[in-house]
Amino acid sequence: MKPQDIFKETLAALSANKVRSGLTVLGIVIGISSVIAMISIGQGAQGSIQSSIQSIGSNLILVTPGVQRGPGSQVSAGRGSARSLTQEDADAIVQEITLARAVVPEVSGRYQVTSKGKNTNTSVVGVTTSYPTVRNVEVDQGSFVSDQNTASLSKVAVLGATTSIDLFGEGVDPIGQTIRIKNIQFKVIGVMKAKGGSGFGSQDDMIFIPLSSAQRFLAGDAYVSTISVSAQDPNSMKDIQQQITDLLLTRHHISDSTLADFSTMNQADIVATASSITQTFTVLLAAVAGISLLVGGIGIMNMMLTNVTERTKEIGLRKAIGAKRRDITLQFLSEAVLLTFFGGAIGVFLGWLVSYGVMYFGILQTSVSLFSVVLAFGVSALIGIVFGYYPALRAARLNPIEALRYE
Amino acid sequence: MIEVNNITKSYITGDTELQVLKGISFRIEDGEFITIMGPSGSGKSTLMHILGALDTPTSGTYMLDEHDVSTQTDDELADIRRDKIGFVFQAFNLLPRTSVLRNVMLPLVYDGVPEEERFVRAKEALRAAGFDENRFDHMSNQLSGGQIQRVAIARALVNDPTLILADEPTGNLDTKTGEIVLDTFQKLNREKGRTIVLITHEQEVADHADRVLFIRDGLLVSDTKTGNQKTFKHIEHI
Ligand SMILES: Nc1ncnc2c1ncn2[C@@H]1O[C@H](COP(=O)(O)OP(=O)(O)O)[C@@H](O)[C@H]1O
Ligand SMILES: [Mg+2]
Repeated sequence: MKPQDIFKETLAALSANKVRSGLTVLGIVIGISSVIAMISIGQGAQGSIQSSIQSIGSNLILVTPGVQRGPGSQVSAGRGSARSLTQEDADAIVQEITLARAVVPEVSGRYQVTSKGKNTNTSVVGVTTSYPTVRNVEVDQGSFVSDQNTASLSKVAVLGATTSIDLFGEGVDPIGQTIRIKNIQFKVIGVMKAKGGSGFGSQDDMIFIPLSSAQRFLAGDAYVSTISVSAQDPNSMKDIQQQITDLLLTRHHISDSTLADFSTMNQADIVATASSITQTFTVLLAAVAGISLLVGGIGIMNMMLTNVTERTKEIGLRKAIGAKRRDITLQFLSEAVLLTFFGGAIGVFLGWLVSYGVMYFGILQTSVSLFSVVLAFGVSALIGIVFGYYPALRAARLNPIEALRYE
Repeated sequence: MIEVNNITKSYITGDTELQVLKGISFRIEDGEFITIMGPSGSGKSTLMHILGALDTPTSGTYMLDEHDVSTQTDDELADIRRDKIGFVFQAFNLLPRTSVLRNVMLPLVYDGVPEEERFVRAKEALRAAGFDENRFDHMSNQLSGGQIQRVAIARALVNDPTLILADEPTGNLDTKTGEIVLDTFQKLNREKGRTIVLITHEQEVADHADRVLFIRDGLLVSDTKTGNQKTFKHIEHI
């Protein structure tokens, strides 16, 4: 039998069984596209978590108030709620920790903020002038909180990009306008550049005011809620963290470091924590993809097996009118190859389309990896071909009468 | 020339062995028109499958021309079927959802006949089987019983076999259609000299043949020449 005849016979057989061929292709398409889409979305999510972490600052060490339990006391307040970090602690860090590039104490709280006719509930953060350097943010229009503002307890505010839109609308220049925080008037002196991103570390929905003003007019005391310390380089982060811990323990008169009333965290730790999250994520995704592949594979196997078994009669007939074993096996092999490749191509395209859709609608930055395509395609093609070919090989060995009698 | 010598056929189902053919011998010369008769379940189809090289006997020998069919490999049997035999199945066995023409062409595909020639020969065979010219492109599952029968006959004729075997070809047809089909076989026999073996239940069908083999319970119980043979030989000798 000539190759072009085998090919024509294959096409004729496939189109004579349109529904069955269609279902087989559908099984392959679903198997492959779900694996590809799943892996691409998963990798996109991982990437987005990683870049969120990078965006919160550079070589950052965060000092936050912790819980202090008196000896024997069972009662502990929530972490971070304790008011154990003071302005003096921040000043001491500035003075003593010479390795630090910048130190920014912050005090933050959520307040109802109103402008002319609009209002929003947002986070108001008291900061000092180095905040943009430490936290990787930039001013878009106007200026940031200056040392002068801090010294003179100015009632000035710098708006996050989102907050600016919430309070003044899109395309409106809010500089020089006034807003009211906790019913106290503040003058807008600047707007931050939008940073994008979401959830984790979104700094677009915030209002920055001088730290001293926040303590005096909003919080009413001299505690701070976070001290951000930026190291010169990643290598010195561990040392700085240790020095800060020692300094604060001494200042707070605590000898046992396990009873510390504050906690320090450096960005490397955050990255480590997050990467353990993404690790879990990866495992989860691999499991989901694996299951999709398994389910898809079983679907393909099932279609191929029923396909050949149902066509045992046809195999018997073809043999009865002069087909040799090789003619039969080649035809079924080429049917299996054609179906898996056709389904595979559609599956890859559909998987890519889903992944592209997720990106297009701004949900995640995704990309289809070659690995996922090769994996999904390879496994499906292998299953399709093995289970399309092997039963045909068996049926081709039957004598025509046995095959024709097959029910 | 067909020569079967003491062939038996047994089927093993589970642990019981069913002997369907219990030692049958006969000889068929080229150009004969034979019918096989016998009650249902007597082993007619089983014998026919062996004659058609579709199945092999459990014991005994079967010589078809120069080939000892009982010792051939699977692929050699395929060659014999392709080159020498046209088989009309009791169940017709057409490819479903496939056109009449494609069904008839199928044996030629495995014979490596060029595509244009396949069309020509398939159309010839369909005409010879008396199939309606307007329905060549119809799908096999859109045909009536009589039409299916003709397609099955055309497919058996298309590779120009010397031996045509038909298993109850008129069984499912009304008398008139049955007669036309029978005429087709008779023409093939008389005009082209094909050897024809035909299974039937009907005496009228058997009356068309040169010789009737009667099978009962896996044994050949009678082998009768009819009057037709002389007439046929007579006509041939003119
Ligand atoms: N492949 C098979 N396996 C088991 N039994 C079979 C098989 N083929 C035929 N038989 C049995 O052999 C007997 C003869 O069948 P068959 O040759 O079809 O009879 P007929 O054509 O004369 O009606 C029946 O009893 C049938 O059930
Ligand atoms: Mg029968």
